[in-house]
Amino acid sequence: MDKIPILRMGTFLLVTIQVDLYDRLALNLESDLINMVHKTGARGVLIDISAVSIVDSFMGRILGNIACMTRVLDAETVVVGMQPAVAITLIELGLSLNGVYTALDVERGISLLQTKLGPNDELADDDADDTE
Amino acid sequence: MLTTLSRDRLTITREQDVVPCRNRVKEAAVRIGMGIVNQTKLITAASELIRNMLRYAGGGELLIEVVCKGRESGIRLTFTDQGPGIADIQLAMQDGYSTGKSLGLGLPGTKRLVNEFDLESILGQGTTITILKWKNG
Repeated sequence: MDKIPILRMGTFLLVTIQVDLYDRLALNLESDLINMVHKTGARGVLIDISAVSIVDSFMGRILGNIACMTRVLDAETVVVGMQPAVAITLIELGLSLNGVYTALDVERGISLLQTKLGPNDELADDDADDTE
Repeated sequence: MLTTLSRDRLTITREQDVVPCRNRVKEAAVRIGMGIVNQTKLITAASELIRNMLRYAGGGELLIEVVCKGRESGIRLTFTDQGPGIADIQLAMQDGYSTGKSLGLGLPGTKRLVNEFDLESILGQGTTITILKWKNG
């Protein structure tokens, strides 16, 4: 069974999706991520989809779900690295990813999260160290 | 006059068939030199319809054709299933309508992504959806 690794970066979690997602894999990612947020007390989640060539309505719904679920657990989700063709297609399809923060790349995603969390929060300072 | 240059027939029965199907559609689109935006639209449309077939009809068949009309070339996809059929096509084509638990974007969204969209459905017998995307459409 394939599994998408979730990396821990300080108070954030980073997920880089590098394979074509089929439904089961996407649903597993959803539950793995939520469990990981709960376990680590992460304040932010970055989902890098720069290697994803297709986001259909199912995948879009999963991204929206992850954003809502992590928010309930007091963590913000940022989807980063969307390809331009994917953005065009998503909007024409009618999926505007309402409620999901997006950023151009991981770096900008991190600074968005840091702004959202405010100055009081401990900032991510160490490199990826934990894989699950 | 629409001429078919090549045909590729695939059977879809499981969720895991979605990714290889998308890849075959992509191969066909790349072969005729379709640009990345149109490719993405076509593959996304295919993905939506394949998912519909699996969800509502338990699977079906996909026919991938490279077609041309004059100097224009394109990809035509035909999705055929032997599912329950669609009771009210007009309603099914409305944004936000779904009998399942989805967002109800599949059919109307798919139509927006392609150049031609044709839906035929007979209750109790099945549904056939044909979409066409021109290379430069």
